[in-house]
Amino acid sequence: MAEAMRQINPEVVAAFPITPSTQVIEDFAKFVADARVDTELVTVESEHSAMSACIGASLSGARAMTATSSQGLALMWEMLYIASSMRQPIMMTLVNRALAGGINIHCDHGDSMGARDAGWIQIYSENNQEAYDNMVMAPAIAENAGVRLPIMVCQDGFIISHSIETMQIEDDEGVRSFIGERLTEHSLLDTDNPASWGALDLADYYIEHKRAQIDAMANAKTVIQEVSERFNEQFGRKYELFESYRLEDAERVIVAISSVSGEIKQTIDTLREKGEKVGLLKIRVFRPFPYDEIREALKNAGIVAVLDRSASFGAYGPLFGEIRTALADLENPPMTYNRTFGLGGRETFPSDIADIFAESERYLQGGKIEKVSDILNVRGD
Amino acid sequence: MATMQELASKEGSFSGGHRMCAGCPVPIFTRMLSRVTDYEVVVCSATGCLEVASTIFPYSAWKVPWVHTAFENAAATMSGVEAAYKVLKKKGKTDKQIKCVAIGGDGGTYDIGLQSLSGAMERGHDMLYICYDNGAYMNTGIQRSSATPMGAATTTTPVGKESSGKAHLKKDLTSIMVSHDLDYVAQASIHNPVDLSKKIKKGIELDGPAFLNILSPCIPGWRIDPSSSVELARMGVETKFWNLFEVEHGKYTINYRPRKDVPVADWILAQGRFKHLKRPEHKHLLEELQSQVDGQWARLLKLAGE
Repeated sequence: MAEAMRQINPEVVAAFPITPSTQVIEDFAKFVADARVDTELVTVESEHSAMSACIGASLSGARAMTATSSQGLALMWEMLYIASSMRQPIMMTLVNRALAGGINIHCDHGDSMGARDAGWIQIYSENNQEAYDNMVMAPAIAENAGVRLPIMVCQDGFIISHSIETMQIEDDEGVRSFIGERLTEHSLLDTDNPASWGALDLADYYIEHKRAQIDAMANAKTVIQEVSERFNEQFGRKYELFESYRLEDAERVIVAISSVSGEIKQTIDTLREKGEKVGLLKIRVFRPFPYDEIREALKNAGIVAVLDRSASFGAYGPLFGEIRTALADLENPPMTYNRTFGLGGRETFPSDIADIFAESERYLQGGKIEKVSDILNVRGD
Repeated sequence: MATMQELASKEGSFSGGHRMCAGCPVPIFTRMLSRVTDYEVVVCSATGCLEVASTIFPYSAWKVPWVHTAFENAAATMSGVEAAYKVLKKKGKTDKQIKCVAIGGDGGTYDIGLQSLSGAMERGHDMLYICYDNGAYMNTGIQRSSATPMGAATTTTPVGKESSGKAHLKKDLTSIMVSHDLDYVAQASIHNPVDLSKKIKKGIELDGPAFLNILSPCIPGWRIDPSSSVELARMGVETKFWNLFEVEHGKYTINYRPRKDVPVADWILAQGRFKHLKRPEHKHLLEELQSQVDGQWARLLKLAGE
């Protein structure tokens, strides 16, 4: 991720260290120290100030970036909404980590899922290659004139952030030509045309401003597809709103996000050898959520198990809610159920995935979901 | 330094038509920002009276670029603006000579924004941070802050059988900022525009972090008449409750010495928020406040090497 940030060469990076995203900023600080980037690195005293400084920098016409995890994102919360409301294309590397308490440094998606209504584009990455590629695409998506929204590129803490993988890093020139310059219509530094930002905004205009954000997020779906297509043309790696893995004729489907998809794909390959019709729909873009495309992709499935790596206490998992909503308009929607897994870094193995496909088979044969929601690999059952 | 008449002839950074209270002295200094310097200024306000009353979409009283993001982060927001300006200037994307000014009330500065202020000042951003200290969270309806003087009645320190108003002394924020070893730290008051404008100019124009704390009476919060805010600020200084001085890298200069010893009670009892101190059961607080003010002045003399 630090390498992608070096290639983007933003004018301002403001960040506060937090495990497991710390290394991104440490590596970037070295690039600054060695003058390999033109960036002002603002080593702020908190994540709240990190996002505040990113907003100030972005309003001034700069490309602004940060990296964080977990509590750091939680401390930014207030400013996440202000960044998106001010329509600033700030870019964030989010290394997913469980939220306290008890304090835990390992992966789950509680941090970013909690921020899903903050008005940020959210793109999830299965591995380091995807994280890098998504970050290279981020400026073109966020800064698009029809979008102008902040973007977080998420990857799983430790599982991905601290793993060593073979990957393709594109050359600087190629990346920079792909990204181009940020074009700013209004800058806080334009003293000839002074503008006021962040005015009091009450009942007579607030809802129009929210509507503009809602529309921009809807536009983002098309822009993400266009930018991904352009990325494929230039770099030869194809990305869509979600990845369909052996989905075409699948009767039993798992929907999941990020690194667990590796185990799911491996399990699918094994089961497919035995002739089982199983497949994966891997979410890449969670905000904006591609309801129509997902409905189309899953319309022929018999049963869909949705894996949530975060808990919404007192409700189904956030991904499950979206998937059920997407499928609700079908005349004969597939059966759906929800499994929560991996909170705080609890391991998930290919055998767990095989168990889910077996369970799906039972439900499908019996014509009934016995347990709509449950937790995997947990004590107390 | 230009005369006050010359300053007044220049375009102000703040227009009329805002919705600050009648008699509020804050616009005295917000108008000055562009008048005292030839630099272009960019302003950031913390959430507070000034932010709320100077804008309501689609209107703004600001004639210079202005931003508000939240309550506790004017200094952090400005850190990003200043960092962006540095890089964009280096890259030749702007040829303007710009200086950054962040403004907060005592709520946004002494309390919720103290951390981000301390961080921004320590990092050495080229910015003047101005605190207008009116001694409570006035925007939300007069709740106590750490800048509220002892004995003041606020909506969260009401006077009652067990209460004489705020029980704790005012925090000495200016000393905290001096401890940051800044290029420039000063106290000013809105009743003395010559001293005030000099300090704003100095804070804006030097290359580095500067902090200016301004005593700013509040009409509803102090429970005073709209015509008396300037006079109340003057009395605050004459009674040595609020002293005018500046500190450059630890070197103190006292800018004003009251000629007479005026008891702090004269200032206190002119304000409705202290009116209970006239009653015998709360009277001991007047003595405590006087001894605090005496101690503060003695300390200042010592720090100035006298």
